[in-house]
Amino acid sequence: MTMTFDDLLPLTPLLIVTATSVLAMLMIGIRRSYITTASIVITGLLAATVVAGAMMSWTNQQITPLLIIDQYSLLFTLVVCAAAMLIAVLSFPYFFELDDHREEYFLLLTIATIGAVVMVSSNHFVSMVLGLETLSMSLYGMVAYPLHSKDSAKYPLEASVKYLVLSAAASGFILFGMALVYAQTGTLSFTSVRELPAAGLGEGYTIVALLMIVSGVAFKLSLAPFHMWTPDVYEGSPIPATTYLATIGKAAMFVVLLRFVEISEALSFDSMVTALSLVAAASMLAGNLLALLQDNLKRILAYSSIAHMGYLLLALIAGHYADGTLAVEAVSFYLIAYVIMSLGAFGVASVISSSEKEFDSIKEYRGLFWRNPWLASMFIAMLLSLAGIPLTVGFIGKFYIFLSGVETGLWMLLAVLVLGSGIGLYYYLRIVYRVLMPEKHSIPYRVGGMESISSYGALAILLILLLLFGVYPAPLMSIVAAASAFI
Amino acid sequence: MILVVLISILFLGGVLAWLSEGLSPKAPRVVALAAVVIDLLVMMPLVGADFGAASWIVQHNAQWIPQFGISFHLAADGLSVLMMVLTVFLGAIAIGSAWDEITERVGFFYFNLLWTLAGVIGVFTALDLFLFFFFWEVMLIPMYFIIAIWGHENKNYAAMKFFIFTQVTGMLMLISILALAYFHYIQFGWFSFDYFDLLKVSTSGAIEMWIMLGFFVAFSTKLPSFPFHSWLPDAHSQAPTAGSVILAGVLLKTGAYGLIRFAVPLFPAASMEFAPIAMTLAVISILYCAKVAFAQSDIKRLIAYTSVSHMGFVMLGIYAWNEQALQGAVMTMLAHGLSAAALFMLAGGLQHRIHTRDMDHMGGFWAKVPRLSFVALFFSIAALGMPGLGNFVGEFLALLGAFKANITLTVAAAFGLIFASVYSLWVIQKVFHGDYRNADFDDSHLSDLSRREMFYFGAMMVGLIWMGMYPQSFLDLSASSLAGLLGDTELLFFAAGQ
Repeated sequence: MTMTFDDLLPLTPLLIVTATSVLAMLMIGIRRSYITTASIVITGLLAATVVAGAMMSWTNQQITPLLIIDQYSLLFTLVVCAAAMLIAVLSFPYFFELDDHREEYFLLLTIATIGAVVMVSSNHFVSMVLGLETLSMSLYGMVAYPLHSKDSAKYPLEASVKYLVLSAAASGFILFGMALVYAQTGTLSFTSVRELPAAGLGEGYTIVALLMIVSGVAFKLSLAPFHMWTPDVYEGSPIPATTYLATIGKAAMFVVLLRFVEISEALSFDSMVTALSLVAAASMLAGNLLALLQDNLKRILAYSSIAHMGYLLLALIAGHYADGTLAVEAVSFYLIAYVIMSLGAFGVASVISSSEKEFDSIKEYRGLFWRNPWLASMFIAMLLSLAGIPLTVGFIGKFYIFLSGVETGLWMLLAVLVLGSGIGLYYYLRIVYRVLMPEKHSIPYRVGGMESISSYGALAILLILLLLFGVYPAPLMSIVAAASAFI
Repeated sequence: MILVVLISILFLGGVLAWLSEGLSPKAPRVVALAAVVIDLLVMMPLVGADFGAASWIVQHNAQWIPQFGISFHLAADGLSVLMMVLTVFLGAIAIGSAWDEITERVGFFYFNLLWTLAGVIGVFTALDLFLFFFFWEVMLIPMYFIIAIWGHENKNYAAMKFFIFTQVTGMLMLISILALAYFHYIQFGWFSFDYFDLLKVSTSGAIEMWIMLGFFVAFSTKLPSFPFHSWLPDAHSQAPTAGSVILAGVLLKTGAYGLIRFAVPLFPAASMEFAPIAMTLAVISILYCAKVAFAQSDIKRLIAYTSVSHMGFVMLGIYAWNEQALQGAVMTMLAHGLSAAALFMLAGGLQHRIHTRDMDHMGGFWAKVPRLSFVALFFSIAALGMPGLGNFVGEFLALLGAFKANITLTVAAAFGLIFASVYSLWVIQKVFHGDYRNADFDDSHLSDLSRREMFYFGAMMVGLIWMGMYPQSFLDLSASSLAGLLGDTELLFFAAGQ
């Protein structure tokens, strides 16, 4: 099969990101300059975002058996590239003072983004694994990046190795599952799973294969009971890497899972539905309960992300029962909301931290509101959004999840969702309360110099999106609904 | 359009009040008061409107999220107007009570106060259930800030408890709203959250009961009613005075309003079936919380428990679901709004002066602060249901109406009036009579009511006397909308009661 120009055209966003990484690498080879590398990467990602947005309305094409470029994949290409760009902006001041080679960080970030873009466009096991591994390999590097810094994030190496080993094990599970599918059907496209039950070894064999794949994915999504690595890795990583892991890492994986489940009809087996329901319930409860015990912002957000993945899984399960695309819309909208609010919450932490000194204990946020009302307001807005309070996009996302649950009558899971969210309020409010308390003694936050102005800009964009989509969500809903029709 | 203006004035006023702090620390309170007074003036044409024929005097409907049939639908009838007047009036009083008490971070305080009021006005006028829920939650966050920032010694706990109770039960209501909207989708083919559309949805049996319970739990938590009342004493004892005024005077009433406007009319059959249980809960609230109030030594906790007890009459009246009972419930809401707010202000005033809320440390204040003591006596007597004052009219009508529905429970509830006299007079006797005691606190700031304080207590007294002497002027306002809500469901209830 030969590629024509028509085949390459839909791949433009992916090609732009790839070209950006090559360009950045060459640039580092020619002359090391932190600001140039950062600018190239940010511009490249911005270009990819814009192009993905522009292409969305008219592109729908399967490019080779590996990649599907339709409205849905372009929507999430846009989300991934925009999020990566914002993370690059936030990383710039964070690593500014790092006493090491700083430029390669942006290279890793761009390569990770290539992986994420491949993942959201994948409907084939091969592209899924390629994308996933590209993303993960780069993340190992990003997590361990401030290795030589003396007083950096506490345990970057520990976090990286932990992530590497466990993530590789999870990939092993996924590959084993795929091998089982391949052994019976001889193809690796997602659709092949549908032929599996009829292909000789029957339903039990199919379920084993599906469980292998799903548990590997659950590992990457840090769904309970596969969540153990999350808080440690989040805590050990430098904040921008944590942000990448928590937003793009999760969103890209969930898009693949969504496509996989929808195309392969994995939920047509009752035992799969039961298994996923248990995982969803366990994630909502474990995430929220364990977060209660934490005093570290990163760990709290790690556990809260476990709970959020549980909420998303509820909508995914609802997607199996529902007739229309409502559940897919719910998943997509919530993913976008989740990316916005997690970016914002981590973003605030990264603005006041640097690779030399991180502020990640919630005690250190005491009185932030009275020192820096602007930053603190953003922080509070993001936390309330994570808690699902109106005026924010998090509430509309919750609304979608609730609606998809009600539509399909998943009453037990909804009850767990209410319970989990109720518990969740406690730890979000605990942080909010700290922020509002009068400050006791001054904590030496990094004083934002010129280099963090752009970070404030990025946070402002996130806040505007958070409130805009929270108060007037109709336009975003239309976009999501149109894209979801392609799943 | 006027409703949008009413809400916007408060939202904008809040922002302006916050910004004006830069000019002078005294500016925010003036801006806030101006916003509330303007709001009250803008509202006046609504009060004077003709309530005879159509029950909805003003409507505003605009598309908001067309995908789900969600609209920005505001409307007011007599009931809403009464509640809005109460809200804005108490808003002004609350600003008065915060005038000197709040000295830190003033701008942000008035911002939160006005945003709470705006949320409450939204709740009283929203006719789209999504919008209603939106405002329902919007009023929580600023209230949380008020308690968490300007509260007393145990504010974190109290604010957290308040927020979690109302938010979690609110989520149950959200599920109910969504279920109702989904039934509309099944029966009519499109999503709608509009009140009038949802009234047409027919649900039945266990499903209707479950959906109704979602609403009931949310509203009875806010009311609050036994067994969901335990957040209230904490919130009240820790909130600053202005926060207590808004909480007792206005926020609790949103729960009662929700029951009248949504819970019963949307699910008449299930409500009818549930009425005996609801009325039993109401009676338990009345008697049990009166008893618990008697056991308190913290004066604010005491008043908080009496609030729960009095709101029991409201719930009793609502679930009797006939005209007299509903009129009584509405009247109790208004009168209790004033009397409880006044009592909290007195308690707050005392705390501000002597830095304690413990009644065991107080005694014989009449000699020292006669004006304050007189005002306290007046509002205590109002609260216990003295004829001639608003509370009596409300509770009497509620009992009268409830008597038609359920004689046993009404008889039991009537004992609440006796208990009310016991604890009210006990407080008066303990704090204001006897020998003056000042061993346990510094009384150097124990001054009598100032002219400003006398002014707003006076305004509330006038309100209560007006309600007690000429209740017809209030009853007329709500009559047509209550009649509309009752519709033919009243017969349903009546038949069940026989």
